[in-house]
Amino acid sequence: MRDLCLVFIHRLVALFHRRHLDDDLDAELRSHLEMAVELNLRRGMTAEDARREALRRFGGVDRIKEIYRSQRGLPVIETTLRDLRFGCRLLRRSPGFSLSAILCLTLGIGANIAVFSWIEGILFRPFPAVVHQERLLALSGTARGTQDSTDLSWPDFVDFQRACTQIDLIEDKIMGTTLSIGDRAERASGSIVSPNYFAALGIHPVLGRGFTADEGTGRNAHPVTVISYWTWQERFNGDPGIIGKTQVLNGLPYTIIGVAPQGFYGTFVGYAMQFWVPTSMQERFDAGGYKLEDRGARWIEGFAKLKPGVTREQAQEEISAVAKRLAAAYPATNRGRGIRLLPLWQTPFNKASELLPTLGITLAMASLVLLIACANVSNLMLVRSLARQREMTIRLAVGCGRGQLLKQLFTEGLVLSMFAAAGGLAVAYGCRNVLAMFFPAPNGVALNLRGELDWRVLAFGAGVCLVSTLLFGLIPALQTAKVDLAAALKFESGSVVGGRGRSRVRSLLILLQVSLGFVLLVGAGLLIRSVQEMRTASPGFATEDVLTTGLDLFSAGYDAQHAKNFQDELSERVRALPGVKSIAFARVRPFSYLPYSTASILVDGYQAAPDEQPAVEYNEVDPAYFATLGIPLVSGHDFATTDTEAAPLVAVVNETMVEKYWHGEDPVGKRLQVNGRWMQVIAVARNSMYWTFLETPKPFFYVPLRQNFSLRAVLHIRTSAAPETIAAALAGEIHALDGSLAPQEVITMREHIERSTSAQRIAMTVLSLFSGLALVLAVVGLYGVMSYMVSQRRRELGLRMALGASASDLLRLVMSHGLALTAGGVVLGVAAALGLTRLLGYILYKVSPRDPLAFASAFVVMTIASLAACFLPAWRAPRIDPVRALRD
Amino acid sequence: MPPSRAEVLQGTLDLLVLKTLDSMGPVHGFGIAQRIEQVSEELLQLNQGTLYPALLRLEQRGWIASKWGVSENNRKAKYYSLTRAGRKQLREEVESWERMSAMINRLLKTS
Repeated sequence: MRDLCLVFIHRLVALFHRRHLDDDLDAELRSHLEMAVELNLRRGMTAEDARREALRRFGGVDRIKEIYRSQRGLPVIETTLRDLRFGCRLLRRSPGFSLSAILCLTLGIGANIAVFSWIEGILFRPFPAVVHQERLLALSGTARGTQDSTDLSWPDFVDFQRACTQIDLIEDKIMGTTLSIGDRAERASGSIVSPNYFAALGIHPVLGRGFTADEGTGRNAHPVTVISYWTWQERFNGDPGIIGKTQVLNGLPYTIIGVAPQGFYGTFVGYAMQFWVPTSMQERFDAGGYKLEDRGARWIEGFAKLKPGVTREQAQEEISAVAKRLAAAYPATNRGRGIRLLPLWQTPFNKASELLPTLGITLAMASLVLLIACANVSNLMLVRSLARQREMTIRLAVGCGRGQLLKQLFTEGLVLSMFAAAGGLAVAYGCRNVLAMFFPAPNGVALNLRGELDWRVLAFGAGVCLVSTLLFGLIPALQTAKVDLAAALKFESGSVVGGRGRSRVRSLLILLQVSLGFVLLVGAGLLIRSVQEMRTASPGFATEDVLTTGLDLFSAGYDAQHAKNFQDELSERVRALPGVKSIAFARVRPFSYLPYSTASILVDGYQAAPDEQPAVEYNEVDPAYFATLGIPLVSGHDFATTDTEAAPLVAVVNETMVEKYWHGEDPVGKRLQVNGRWMQVIAVARNSMYWTFLETPKPFFYVPLRQNFSLRAVLHIRTSAAPETIAAALAGEIHALDGSLAPQEVITMREHIERSTSAQRIAMTVLSLFSGLALVLAVVGLYGVMSYMVSQRRRELGLRMALGASASDLLRLVMSHGLALTAGGVVLGVAAALGLTRLLGYILYKVSPRDPLAFASAFVVMTIASLAACFLPAWRAPRIDPVRALRD
Repeated sequence: MPPSRAEVLQGTLDLLVLKTLDSMGPVHGFGIAQRIEQVSEELLQLNQGTLYPALLRLEQRGWIASKWGVSENNRKAKYYSLTRAGRKQLREEVESWERMSAMINRLLKTS
């Protein structure tokens, strides 16, 4: 064994000074022969005999050298290196071919690597700083009767943590606040986290410490915070004595106990956190009140980290058993509730879930682009292999095996795709942060949506590189290897061999390109239509003349009574502004990330399934809410300003809720129990959208904000005035009431909704981009084939002209050939698109995957593009000089 | 009729080279070829060239070492010498050769 290693090392080393060793061997053999000649001369031979005898005794010098060399180096590597060198030389010799092939492949491979790096960085491995993030699972609450994932309550969380031995549970609830440092105030995102957060994730603060177990308990007892590295560097100028200093968050000074390491942004895909506080401080950040002892208040998002050696199934089994016990022990809050442990890429509560379908579709599209690029390169190589016919024939004739020939051809292809893969990596690197551009940062909240270029992405890139080499190299290689020696040698150089079969193959490749390009065009058309639909669609409330903004009285330290007074006074003043029709506060703005409240309800006459616990989402709104947002009431009457804390509780339900719980009967005047409190239903509101355009109609109800007060509220203003004027006036009015307050950005509801449809816009933009690419590639391919066909058929075309064919006849001849190819491609494309566009169904809004308009536009675009591609070669056809064409 | 010349038995060339180097000390390729032919009284026909791949093989295994030097006739030549590992290898190969030939001799005598 040791011997073999020694030999291998010797041989490997020899690879690197071949030339020197060759010289050495020559010198040695020469000296041997000279000594032999000398000896022979001394024995009395003639000079000539002496030389002949020496050579005879030596044996074939060249043969010996060859044996010697093959034993000295590593022949497999040497021939591969030779092929590689030869490949590079060939590429240099035809730079036009090489550049276009490499460019095509760079686009194809780059698109794939970039998309995969997004998937890696956002879905599979979103938290590079976390130790063993592959063991992290997302916690998703389940409730009977709904597919939606729910959050967890703190008492449940604590019970799970105590009872489960195979996992560590980690809480992580995103929330925002105003971070005022010096005279600079800005919105910041932070997380409320369980005390084990940093320890369980394997994150060691660079300064100070993480939280201790006792900091998780005691209502508001532990005002301590860990800040992010970025905050430390940018906002505290990297102050080395930062630990122990205080920072005011939501009006309360917090002691900074730690600084998180660089590269750790928290565990909420999409946002970069700037600080963390322990669970005990929940009430200070949650306008919904104290929830740490309320099993019915589900607000916690989080993760489970598997202990080493535990599988997801085992952990799931364990936690399900605990959930069952809890459901039995606390039927009022936990009946029919369970927990699912999901892999990170299925995380239900952050940007991952929003982007999952989009990224999947994007990867599929990227692979189509790669296929088209490969078809193009394949075509280019076919043309070139024709030019190299003679070289191949000679190689075969002098005894090169077909296997060797194939190996050489693939090596050449590999050189191309390796250059392209390098370019592709550069493309992917440049596109790392592209996705973040689609998510306008709300008020300076730092976004964190980046691609990750780790070894898996590199391996993926290498794989793509190999696969595409096989794809585009296969057909030209087979064509070349099919060369019939005897036939080929009989022909003059430069004449066409196997031309017919080859042009058929090339036509097939064009068909493939056109059809795939067509599929992408249809997909882009569908998404553009869908985004347009969303832009013009009505979500069930007015969007154009409604302005919205946020006003955080909670962070400003108001108590409920002050806040109510403030809201009243502000409403009064704003209503008096010119152009303002109405103003309404509400706790939650539709189409936002902030969740609605959820309540378990009870309805007289509705029989719930045995372990169903009816729960419905609701919003807390001002009396003017329905008027301001333009949501019609189909029966009953609106909330009144008299519906205050002192008045009987009332609610407005939507149509779906009436369908489901009152079986379509008008519920006005009936009662509804919400979280144990009875309310009277006073009206039915028309259905609207609450989260996204893609949701199915769901039960929903409204309660007066005054009877369910929240300090953190959003403002809706119905006005005909421009947003800027209202924004300025509003800021003025707020300032007049409280000099330390400022509203958040004032935008129309339309703008707000558009910002929430990023995933669709990403898909639309990427697909449009890809289909544009595909179109260009297909057109270039078609153009190439047509020009080649014209040059190949010069003789025939010249003959036709000599026999009296007119210019327009020839034009028609060539054009019809090109259009026939296009038509075939489009037919295939239609068939493929009908099958494939169903995949887009997830993200399409109000557009059928078989939308005729999208198909028609794709058809028109493809036809125009191919007309353009065929025209130039066709125009050239009648300009062939018949005399020269026939003579050549 | 001259005595027929024997081809070098497959695999024994290595042994012959090692043995030659052992008894002669550092010597060049031509010297090795001559020595083998002399000792075998010209009975052993050697394609002298085949010596060189053999030398390379031995060197790659670390049994011999080579160095450029100057011959007695003032000619540049590559000198080969036995390494410590080579000496050990030679002992082993001689032993196994002797065992082998003794066995074959016994076989030939008994039959």
